[in-house]
Amino acid sequence: VTTDAAVATIASRVLDMVGGRAEAAVTVARVREGLTRFANSFIHQNVVDEHVEVALQVSADGRPAAASTFATSDDALRGLVDRTLSAARLRPVDPAWPGLAPPSALLETGDAHYDEATASATSADRAERVAAFVAAGTPHGLQGAGFCETAYAERAFANSLGQRLEFRTTHAGIDGILRSGGIDGVGASYSVRFADLDAAAVGRQAADRARKAIDPIELPPGRYEVVLDRRCTAALVEFLAFYGFNGRAVAEDRSFVKVGETQLDRRISIWDDATDPRQYGDAFDAEGTPKRRVSLVEAGVVTGVTHDRLTAARAGEGTETTGHALPGGESFGAVATSAFLGPADPADTESAASLVSQVERGLLLSDFWYIRVLDPKTLVATGLTRNGLWLIENGQVGPSVSNLRFTQSFVAALAPDTVLGIGDDGGLAYGDFHLLPSYVPSLRLASWNFTGNAST
Amino acid sequence: MMDLAAAAVEAALAAGATYADARVVATSEEWMSAQNGEIEALRQDERAGIGVRALVGSSWGFAATSDLSPAAVRRIGEIATETARASALVSGPPLALAPVPAIVDHWENHCDEDPLSVPLSEKGDLLVAVTAAARDAGADIAQANYQIWETHKYLATSEGSRISQRIRECGGALEATAIGDSETQRRSYAGVNGQYGTRGWELIRELDFLGNAGRIGEEAVALLSAPQCPERTCDLILASDQIALQIHESVGHATELDRILGWEAAFAGTSWLDLAQLGKLRFGSELMNITADASLPGSMGTAGYDDEGTPSHSVDIVRDGIWVGALSGRDTAAIANIPTGGMIRADGFNRIPMVRMTNIGLLPGPHSLEQMIAETSDGIFMETNRSWSIDDHRLNFQFGCEVGWEIRDGVKGRMLRNPTYTGISPRFWGSMDMVGGESEWVFWGVPTCGKGQPVQVGHTGHPSVPCRFRDVRVGVQG
Repeated sequence: VTTDAAVATIASRVLDMVGGRAEAAVTVARVREGLTRFANSFIHQNVVDEHVEVALQVSADGRPAAASTFATSDDALRGLVDRTLSAARLRPVDPAWPGLAPPSALLETGDAHYDEATASATSADRAERVAAFVAAGTPHGLQGAGFCETAYAERAFANSLGQRLEFRTTHAGIDGILRSGGIDGVGASYSVRFADLDAAAVGRQAADRARKAIDPIELPPGRYEVVLDRRCTAALVEFLAFYGFNGRAVAEDRSFVKVGETQLDRRISIWDDATDPRQYGDAFDAEGTPKRRVSLVEAGVVTGVTHDRLTAARAGEGTETTGHALPGGESFGAVATSAFLGPADPADTESAASLVSQVERGLLLSDFWYIRVLDPKTLVATGLTRNGLWLIENGQVGPSVSNLRFTQSFVAALAPDTVLGIGDDGGLAYGDFHLLPSYVPSLRLASWNFTGNAST
Repeated sequence: MMDLAAAAVEAALAAGATYADARVVATSEEWMSAQNGEIEALRQDERAGIGVRALVGSSWGFAATSDLSPAAVRRIGEIATETARASALVSGPPLALAPVPAIVDHWENHCDEDPLSVPLSEKGDLLVAVTAAARDAGADIAQANYQIWETHKYLATSEGSRISQRIRECGGALEATAIGDSETQRRSYAGVNGQYGTRGWELIRELDFLGNAGRIGEEAVALLSAPQCPERTCDLILASDQIALQIHESVGHATELDRILGWEAAFAGTSWLDLAQLGKLRFGSELMNITADASLPGSMGTAGYDDEGTPSHSVDIVRDGIWVGALSGRDTAAIANIPTGGMIRADGFNRIPMVRMTNIGLLPGPHSLEQMIAETSDGIFMETNRSWSIDDHRLNFQFGCEVGWEIRDGVKGRMLRNPTYTGISPRFWGSMDMVGGESEWVFWGVPTCGKGQPVQVGHTGHPSVPCRFRDVRVGVQG
């Protein structure tokens, strides 16, 4: 049994087994995750997962191949090495092979993204938070559904150029709805520390929204000014990260991005920074490049894109990786996994209530649902509203509105002169894919194109 | 491996569980991709471990580990029970399990040609040739890939089942992209993100990627200059690959019993269907017959047993347009007072088994695509999904296809770009007045169905045929 071995030790063993037969890079991750799901106000799924994954990338005389295993015995690791080398020898030389990451130190030091209590949180701890969330709806006859999670990971990276990195991280979240009769209100909180999750407060927010969402009216589709909760902003950022700032998409002209041009509103900036304590930590990428802050948009001007070693090499002109290689992402490109969207001028924020108060007639959105891109270059996407939608008239939140379908370019939504206000409520939120947390505020936007009613 | 699963079950019971099951799962996956005549990536991944599910009172717990030592599997059995006890802190109503017989068996699907045994060099040569041909036909970006999975499962339950399975799956995809000044256009083969099945490499050979690569590349380029699909209401004919996606989103997910019961409300959503309407509700026209059949040879949702040990069988979901069945497992079926459908699957050892689609398919009808076109005076024929979005009740959808073809007076005419259509599920299925015949029945495979938290990726099959729908809103633009 070797799963208790240090991840760095396992990485070194694999490198030793490869020896001088190929260039090699090894990533070893030990993961312990717990996720407690609830619905109809009871816990119906409660999972604990502990595993170790060893991923090996080799290049034998310019012929790369990759493989992974969840087993860590000597026999298993030797098998991993042998089959990876065998596969590499059978494929053609890859003229685009960008080589391994050279030695460089982590920019993040210390344990800002690690919390011992979160790493050791139990299923009973999570159940206690669930109970607090659900209790917020009970006096109002609301039923709860959602999840509470805690996760711990330690990762080690080693390559045959001498790069050696190690990092550990934790994160936690509670995210749920309270509902009655198909009317939902949503609340969520995410942090590196489980102790930061105030489940009762999150539940109260969800309950408040659900109670205000009853008796929705139907509104005709059309263009409306909108105030987006940060969950919606996170969805925008997620799609910009996947399809827009992805260095591969830019190189292949599948992205809207033109570096140096003012493509978004001058009031906003977008950047990626996994070293910021406000984000979930991730000290290095899948190729062993240390994470750092990368500016993508400054005051509306596109300033950069995300690269891995391959997309950087293809971009030429001295372009270097920005540390955004994804595990197994060779064919997809490089993605900002720790994005921020914020005001270009730190003073240019206001409360969410203030954003609403300036809307003559528009809509207040809690959440988006099932967004899919019609064209990656224009970033025209369709999706629906969810978990609370309200009409705003003369600066006041009015009646709840039945869900609407939209068909909207996310680039056009944030284009120059479209951002009318930025909330002071920045925080971690997940977008539609629930893959990448972004640190974002609520936004007031000039126009959003609703193309249909959800139920008629 | 079966001994390890049994030991974990015993440990869970000894810790206080009233029911437990354990699955040792070992999966080998191979994936290769090429772009514009060059191999881009080659990956070979292996995952193995054990997942244990334990029931305490009415509360479930699940725990998994990649450590397959005897001590570790016993420990993970105990943790599963401990986790179930924690669930009981916020417990639900009493829970029963629909009965299944205790079975001892081994099952594996047939492959003419074991896909992992085909030389890597041959597979790579195919991808290189296919992408070069699509590029030479004018595509700016031609990408192709194949995927192979071989999964060994060993299920032990506290009711005495001991079932081992070996499931081999494979498939591939070709995608040609043409890049214009203001937008991109895409054509794919052999359907929505390719074609997959519980078959061997013979599936790849039958699909003839090389023979179709030139056409796909040419169509992608032609789309850039094709007229925009107009926004209007007209008759709509959908190719079988798009019907597969339509079934997946608006029938398959809508009839998952866990959604109907509200268990997925916060994340994947619920369903517009109400259990009280089972057996009475009109879901679509009388030509609509949908089954969930995990026993169809070669289809991607096929297995001998589900992950609770229920033997695969066919379940009617929609019969003559009436909603008559749901996708279920032992606990959800007991709540609904129906026999378990055997639709419980997990994505690997470290994910909890949950209700998943098997082969949710439309049975063939009395018509043909040729007949549909000939009998349509004003309509659009759409092929191959490009975007899909449906609301959290699985009622309102808007789908985009890669290519549309104008139909006037019974003749397929000019190509249309950016075709989309939108509708409300029962109204849309109710407007279906022509259904393709048995010779057009294709078992489409989808290896990318996301559901659950932590997210699980499911492999589903969707037998389907071309169909015609009346008075559909098409051409919605941003």
